[in-house]
Amino acid sequence: MELNGLQLILIFIFSCIAGMGSVLDEFQTHRPLIACTITGLIMGDMTTGIIIGGTLEMIALGWMNIGAAMAPDAALASTVSTILVIGGHQDIAAGIAIAMPLAAAGQVLTIICRTITVFFQHKADDFAQKGSTRGIDICHLGALGLQALRISIPSTIVAASIGTGAVQAMLDAIPQVITGGLQVAGGFIVVVGYAMVINMMGAKYLMPFFFIGFCVAAFTNFNLVALGIIGLAMAIIYVQLNPKYAQVAAAPAAASSGADDDLDDELD
Amino acid sequence: MEKKLTSNDFFWTFIRSNFAQGSWNMERMQALGYCFGVIPILKRLYEGDDLKQALKRHLEFYNTQPFVTAPIIGITAALEEKKANGADIEDGVINGIKVGMMGPLAGVGDPIFWGTLRPITAALGASFAMSGSILGPIIFFVLFNAVRLWVRWYGIKYGYEKGTDIVQDVAGNRLQKLTEGASILGLFVIGALVNKWTSVNIPVVISTITNAKGEVVVTTVQSVLDQLLPGLVPLIMTFACMYFLKRKVSAITIIFALFAIGIICYGLGIMNVK
Repeated sequence: MELNGLQLILIFIFSCIAGMGSVLDEFQTHRPLIACTITGLIMGDMTTGIIIGGTLEMIALGWMNIGAAMAPDAALASTVSTILVIGGHQDIAAGIAIAMPLAAAGQVLTIICRTITVFFQHKADDFAQKGSTRGIDICHLGALGLQALRISIPSTIVAASIGTGAVQAMLDAIPQVITGGLQVAGGFIVVVGYAMVINMMGAKYLMPFFFIGFCVAAFTNFNLVALGIIGLAMAIIYVQLNPKYAQVAAAPAAASSGADDDLDDELD
Repeated sequence: MEKKLTSNDFFWTFIRSNFAQGSWNMERMQALGYCFGVIPILKRLYEGDDLKQALKRHLEFYNTQPFVTAPIIGITAALEEKKANGADIEDGVINGIKVGMMGPLAGVGDPIFWGTLRPITAALGASFAMSGSILGPIIFFVLFNAVRLWVRWYGIKYGYEKGTDIVQDVAGNRLQKLTEGASILGLFVIGALVNKWTSVNIPVVISTITNAKGEVVVTTVQSVLDQLLPGLVPLIMTFACMYFLKRKVSAITIIFALFAIGIICYGLGIMNVK
């Protein structure tokens, strides 16, 4: 399918927003749920976009920037894979498989951008020396613009060439054992994200709750809302019963909430 | 005349703080972004050489979980206001407080926002989205951003009102309770997702027997594993990933290794799509 001029402009604008979202990590416009949905909307098939978004979001669930460590890039993976699936008439599983190398490429590109930004940081030092707040604003927003182009240039190139048939011929040339294998791997690739979250929490002594969650899910059909309520209830009970907090609350200096007081009364 | 920050200054700092990581760089990380955020405050309080000095002061190395920057901005505002009105606060003190708080606050912010809030809201959104419902992206976007904007807005207010007292709050048990509670919720849900949202199928046939009723019963490796504990293979894979991530193997490398395993096992007929 060939995209018209307006669609290409919209793809460019939205992938700029996704690129900025990826470095800012604030409004989450780079997350598959948002980025695939809006890219799908521009491509004229929002429902497919939403489904790709949901599937890819699942895989990317634990991808996060912690400290100075960069995660695989969800923005490039989301926009380009959605363009390829809808524009190149691929099935969603193939799109997910293509998304992974794209996430790696996006990660490399963001590291390059974040290195170039060191130059903007030094330029800002000069502007501080002159007392120019306007100059500092320009440095900051210029660096943000760089991150926007990081996603929008590759996305727009792919969107513009999708109609030529070259991209589709390339996608169709992938042998069946690769697409099938990628589909199989798609079933368990999620565990990398889960492992990232568990490692980040750094709370080995709380791992029993992980195993309770695993077993509850293995033998029941509870949905996420029910699981969330059970998890929250266990968290509250744990904090209420933990002697570590009860002792601190008993100290005269510490302000304690009503719930703590009730608990103290019962303990007395 | 005493210098006082107006609610207008706080509003613009709040707006700007939403772009805190825009110039994240390999040298000083969020330094420029922090300075960009507090410019409305510095412009209100200083001019001339004092402003230059203040701008330089806030271009020093800085990095934390982006949302918990809010209370640090609030404290900085309170200190800068005192300093502008003649209080004897050295530059090093303000930076010392920023640097001293960014570590502990990231320790609170990372598990709460990246470890619990985002995975749970995103999982909820994805569960709707996979059936093609627009509710999925909307739920995720609204829930996550509502909490985030609330933290950003009240964080700045709270930091400004409490000033350096907040350092005790960070050390105190209220934040620790919140962090520990969020970690429990997060780990519980992740545990459930490891089981629910993964699929591994090993269709290798162990035995084919015809039972007393004359039905053919095929026993595969997967059916034996499922009788033992459904989701056992993804569970083992999760722990293997944790092990390699701890050994500084990058996530992307592990993802590609898993893809290679998928392709090889599919090619050999050991694994299949369920």
